[in-house]
Amino acid sequence: MTLALLEVDNLCVELPTVRGPLRALAGVSLRLERGRSLGVVGESGSGKTMLSRAILQLLPPRAKVSGSTRFDGKTLQALAPEALRALRGKEIAVVFQDPMTSLNPVLTIGSQIVETLLEHLGLAASAARLRAVELLASVGIPEPERRAGQYPHQLSGGMRQRVAIAIALSCEPRLLLADEPTTALDVTVQAQILDLLARERSRRNMAMMLITHDLGIVAGRTDAVIVMYAGRVMERAATRVLFKQMRHPYTEALLAAIPKVEDAPHTPLAAIGGTPPDPTRPAPGCPFAPRCRYGRDDCREAMPGLAGLGDHQFACWHPLAQRPLPWRRDGR
Amino acid sequence: MAAAEMTGVTDAPRRARRRSLGWVFWLAVVWIGVVLFGALAANLLPLEDPSKISLLARRQGPSALHLFGTDHLGRDVLSRVVYGSRASLAVGLISAFLALLAGGTLGLLAGYFRGRLESLTMAAMDVLLAFPPLVLALAIIAYLGQDMVNLTLTLALLSVPASTRVARASTLAIAEREFVVAARALGASHLRVMLRELLPNVVLPLLVYTLILVAVLIVGEGVLSFLGLGVPPPMASWGSMMSEGREQLDVAPHIAFIPAIVMFLTVLSFNLVGDTLRSMTDPRRAAL
Repeated sequence: MTLALLEVDNLCVELPTVRGPLRALAGVSLRLERGRSLGVVGESGSGKTMLSRAILQLLPPRAKVSGSTRFDGKTLQALAPEALRALRGKEIAVVFQDPMTSLNPVLTIGSQIVETLLEHLGLAASAARLRAVELLASVGIPEPERRAGQYPHQLSGGMRQRVAIAIALSCEPRLLLADEPTTALDVTVQAQILDLLARERSRRNMAMMLITHDLGIVAGRTDAVIVMYAGRVMERAATRVLFKQMRHPYTEALLAAIPKVEDAPHTPLAAIGGTPPDPTRPAPGCPFAPRCRYGRDDCREAMPGLAGLGDHQFACWHPLAQRPLPWRRDGR
Repeated sequence: MAAAEMTGVTDAPRRARRRSLGWVFWLAVVWIGVVLFGALAANLLPLEDPSKISLLARRQGPSALHLFGTDHLGRDVLSRVVYGSRASLAVGLISAFLALLAGGTLGLLAGYFRGRLESLTMAAMDVLLAFPPLVLALAIIAYLGQDMVNLTLTLALLSVPASTRVARASTLAIAEREFVVAARALGASHLRVMLRELLPNVVLPLLVYTLILVAVLIVGEGVLSFLGLGVPPPMASWGSMMSEGREQLDVAPHIAFIPAIVMFLTVLSFNLVGDTLRSMTDPRRAAL
């Protein structure tokens, strides 16, 4: 096996809260090769964002972390703060969920891009300004010279997210963490932003981790998918394989929860009943068992490990049968 | 989108109020300008020497020769009010600025780093707040000696806790926002985050608060001078003038009232300007 760009091995994160320790991540492992893309899917509170923060080593100082995160062969936990700072932004960049809050409201767009360029690439100020305008143009912002002098509140949500992407791409990172990059945006803008990310990814041969709660978003745009629930990986597979024959009931429930255009009007949404388990009170057994339509008594006794053939792995005692799903034969 | 709706609702009345406050605001600005000009250019103005005593012209009412009359030693009240503004404004502005500097730094550090630093800072501020301020000021000045430097430092020290709290509260609200995490994720150092991301957002509410603090401190200086612990005589300050005029209130009320009115107008102006600026910065902060 070649050396993966990002290798997360049995990562556990525990946050102290007033209600006791909260298990945000319970043994997550993943590999991301150079230039590939990985979708991380799960509902709110499943630990997706915690995972991206853990990769960046930006967890709250009181968080207890075990397991290892290796980027390009370097163990991130062991890096000195200075080395880590040099890595963030330059090698690993992030696009956050809400472009309303991820840009500083009192600095102009241009100066926010220039800042990163000066910090990491050591460009001269005038060269950095030119580069900032180029970057804005490359993410599809019209009149980039004028926009560079504007403040975030003068731009629309989609434009702001483009700016955030321009900032993230400014130092040609090798890994882009996109943490729900389209959740706060209009549906029509969503597709544009995702296409922009996909285009820039292949153009720069950059690896990308696309974090989302929407299975539909990862479908055509990632090489592999990880489905997370309650801080654990429930299923992992190549995207094509996952959509052809998902084996975990949770994945199936997530997919069923997406409203479909061909449904008759007023079809009730197939929401997943119940709520995710309280992460400060872990119960033995599969965390999804109480909400699972196939859940049986033995599910509540022990947590199934990730198992399966080759690249397709799932953590379930009673996986779904290997058959194409009735509603989407072509895997979309 | 709740935030957008909220600003939509509150924007209209606020804008209306700002319009109707317009001329009062500018009047206040003009008054502050006049007082500042008087303080800076007192030497150049055709004024009498503020400490020239002429016992023949004691307690005179306003006249062409003495526009504001004379005090119990025959000194020109107009001249003393103008020269007195130097002491009052210098003490008020400098001590407010020092409090802004110290409190802003402490509050920013406490709000950003949290943890033990925050607990220690805020506990120290609570201790300082728990002292009765006037008694503390009296004690410090009685111990260190009565001059303008000590007076300024004492008033600054007394105002640090409030500035710290304002700075910390604003920092807490801003530090939660994603762009601070984003800056860290892009490789910014702590210092850079504080100076480039937090400070520009915190400095505006802090400056506005400082403007209101100036008004409070001018009154504070007046109170200490009234009690005889302000600027040492024969230097004039508004507080000491009021104190000296107190004994002649029945025969020559103007001696106490003129400095009182000038101080009242100045303090009111600072408050008005500070308040207007605050309501101007509010909607912007809500829309962030």
